[in-house]
Amino acid sequence: MARVTIQSGDFDLGAEVAALRAGDAGVGAVATFIGTVRDRNGGSSVSAMELEHYPGMTEKAIERMIDAAMSRFDIRGARVVHRVGPLNPTDQIVLVAVTSAHRGQAFQACEFLMDYLKTQAPFWKKESTPDGARWVDARVADDEALARWGLRAGNAG
Amino acid sequence: MKIQLRYFASLREALGPGEALELPDGTTLGALRDLLVARGGRHAEILARPRPVRCALAQTMADESTPIADGAEVAFFPPVTGG
Repeated sequence: MARVTIQSGDFDLGAEVAALRAGDAGVGAVATFIGTVRDRNGGSSVSAMELEHYPGMTEKAIERMIDAAMSRFDIRGARVVHRVGPLNPTDQIVLVAVTSAHRGQAFQACEFLMDYLKTQAPFWKKESTPDGARWVDARVADDEALARWGLRAGNAG
Repeated sequence: MKIQLRYFASLREALGPGEALELPDGTTLGALRDLLVARGGRHAEILARPRPVRCALAQTMADESTPIADGAEVAFFPPVTGG
């Protein structure tokens, strides 16, 4: 099964988790994260969002992040699905799912992958607001989140 | 040497999808950025330091000190905001 999928369509959490842990009786824990589109950002209302990526590089970058998670944590599998193209408030954007024998490593690897993805995977969000469309600014807090894992982001800062 | 330059997101909107370029051997990513800024106009406005611009070489994040290889794909883009 592919570990990384970039797609315009929606994804189904239940189906993704079922596929990730299918046939692996060593799995005792599944941790998942889903990011969704908010209707507000930076004090403005957001009516729609457009997500751009770098085809080829985006997939490779996330594959390397999963390799890093597999070597850093005692996990059995990982799956990342990220949507691109036009999205609306409440839509799902990203799924990270991790399986492991016990919960601790699954929780940690799931957060590690999200922190890594936020600052190192080439995606860009453009929001539609009442003042027009604007590209979303990178957040220093996301660089700091990756620094907790001993990795330098160098994205926003 | 010949390279293929690509832009993404706000840089693509301002400068277009990219272009094929002929560069002196050993040109670094930072030196390429300097060459583009030296064109003036939109390129200077969008790429001049300290504007936050990240770069990739052969579809891998890279520092500006990295030398570009012949035939490489180079990309400039703003800080990433996925997830």
